[in-house]
Amino acid sequence: MTKHRLFWPVVALFALLLGDLAARPSFFAVELRDGHLYGNLVDILKNGAPLILIAIGMTIVVATRGIDLSVGAVVAISGALACLWISRHPGGVGVTLAAVGLALGLSLVLGAWNGWLVAALGIQPIIATLILMVAGRGIAQLITGGQIITINSAPYEWIGSGFVLTLPSAILIALAVFVLASVLIRRSALGLLVEAVGGNPEASRLAGLRSARLTWLVYVFCALCAGIAGLMISANVHSADGNNAGQFIELDAILAVVVGGTQLTGGRFSLGGSVIGALLIQTLTTTVYALGIPPQAIMLFKAVVVLAVCLLQSPAFRRKLWPRRRDRPAASAERPEKVEVAV
Amino acid sequence: MTTIARIKDYRPHRRHLPILATMALLIGAYVYGASSYEAFGSGQVVLDLFINNAFLLVVAVGMTFVILTGGIDLSVGSVVALSTVVSGDLLQNRGWPVAAVVVVVLGIGALLGAGMGALIHFFEIQPFIATLIGMFFARGLCYTISTQAYSIDNTTIAALAQAQIPLGGELHVSISVVVALAVVAVAGYVLAFTRFGRTVYSVGGNAQSALLMGLRVGRTRVAVYTISGFCSALGGLLLVLYKSSGDPLNGIGLELTAIAAVVIGGTLLTGGSGYVLGTVLGIMVLGIIQTLITFQGTLNSWWTSIITGALLFVFIVLQRLVTRRARI
Repeated sequence: MTKHRLFWPVVALFALLLGDLAARPSFFAVELRDGHLYGNLVDILKNGAPLILIAIGMTIVVATRGIDLSVGAVVAISGALACLWISRHPGGVGVTLAAVGLALGLSLVLGAWNGWLVAALGIQPIIATLILMVAGRGIAQLITGGQIITINSAPYEWIGSGFVLTLPSAILIALAVFVLASVLIRRSALGLLVEAVGGNPEASRLAGLRSARLTWLVYVFCALCAGIAGLMISANVHSADGNNAGQFIELDAILAVVVGGTQLTGGRFSLGGSVIGALLIQTLTTTVYALGIPPQAIMLFKAVVVLAVCLLQSPAFRRKLWPRRRDRPAASAERPEKVEVAV
Repeated sequence: MTTIARIKDYRPHRRHLPILATMALLIGAYVYGASSYEAFGSGQVVLDLFINNAFLLVVAVGMTFVILTGGIDLSVGSVVALSTVVSGDLLQNRGWPVAAVVVVVLGIGALLGAGMGALIHFFEIQPFIATLIGMFFARGLCYTISTQAYSIDNTTIAALAQAQIPLGGELHVSISVVVALAVVAVAGYVLAFTRFGRTVYSVGGNAQSALLMGLRVGRTRVAVYTISGFCSALGGLLLVLYKSSGDPLNGIGLELTAIAAVVIGGTLLTGGSGYVLGTVLGIMVLGIIQTLITFQGTLNSWWTSIITGALLFVFIVLQRLVTRRARI
């Protein structure tokens, strides 16, 4: 069972939650107030929703041997455009829908740009998306005029902090995207094709796959996820901050993907694993606040836990830790053949 | 062969094309600036580029080593911040002598770098992830040491910071520039003329071939991250001189600037090809854009990042064309 890809991430998540429970017996308490659910567990899901969304998009990109560094910038741009539109056109649901449509449309364009660089020009994904990562913050500030745009629009704020049937809407949006992506990917040949492209792009092209188009689509999807997350983040704080919105979220998302058992070298991927990874990272933050650990220790804490999970997942580390235990032939065949990893 | 024919026949080596393009851009930007603004033409503007970017130059040189092996180091910004915070703490709260602080800070940087290199080599954790963990770790250490910025009023630091080295006429440079140029010179020498330097290039070119050739791939890989950590720590010390403060918020996003400078300087992110001189030019290009925007006056600061992104795009496409042609 310890060989299962999701074993260590799930163990880490449960260990963390149990640690919380031991330290604060009321940690798991969930209460119903005004027909809305509140509690630490709900908080983890609600605050983790943007990260989960981005991790889902990132997983598929990583599965094609790619990486998308620009998601944080897309988060900022999407939130900035939506808030700008709403602040210019005060109104109800119609304006919000227009704003959401515009922001997601722009996210699609940005994803198409990333995909074009990677699929058509053949630029390494890490550099191709670095361009938008660097320029994107500037573009977001260009949209907001360097200000923090504050808005007051109930329909828009619903995206980040509303409730449906006692559950926070952010959770439901993330869940919907997860289910949709899983069904689309696992119930059709799409997942297989993505894994084929990640396993060997050239071979899958020769096998008749349209690798380039698929690669392109994957970046568009990732940007769309980031765009939705951007709406969520800006709706949650009723404002758009071109400089700070979604800062470092690309790094958290990549960590979530790796912690969730998807290798940066592409090929096999696990959407569920990435969701667990994202929840683990969000739980770390919630734990720090709930246990009263000084907030400045969050990063240190995160580094240590992620390091532990990464080490436990590393075949090389396990070989060194338990050198006596002979790997059975079947198990040793699973070892990654490639030693060289150029990210 | 006549001279004209020789000039006509001159084709720069493909490998040198990106670096020549960077140089052309740098000269173009300077000529444009000098013709638009009178004050821009003074030599001190060029020297100020070095003075303002000395710490960045040192960090980018370390990054060049890592990128040449096909790796990446995301931790540099955090290590710079950690160095400034540790310096601030040791100088202000504990009253350590400057020399001891320098040794300790450089040691911490090299140790962190070596740790990340060990994770990458011994435990086969991808460089991106290993240095990302390093980035969080170092930034986390900063915040645990202090959430406030230290204002450093040590007299030795102040004397070093204010020391000006005259270059004749009105021109002068700071001590940081001398340190940065020394680092560049040593790095250039090591990469071009030593066995270690050749190994760095061959690991980046093809690590498996390098291993089969009997080169010490593992040792080299750990060494480049150690060098990068050391350079980041040194960059942090130069930043202390430049700002006379230690701030846990220093150097956020610095890794991006360093990577951008290395790429604009013509080093391939896949490793195996590039020069320290290119990195110097890359830093200068980014610096001169900043200066132009300052001189221009009406452009907002965010144009810097947009223009940097646009430049990255141009250079990456250029590199792509160069390498694609080279392969055929």
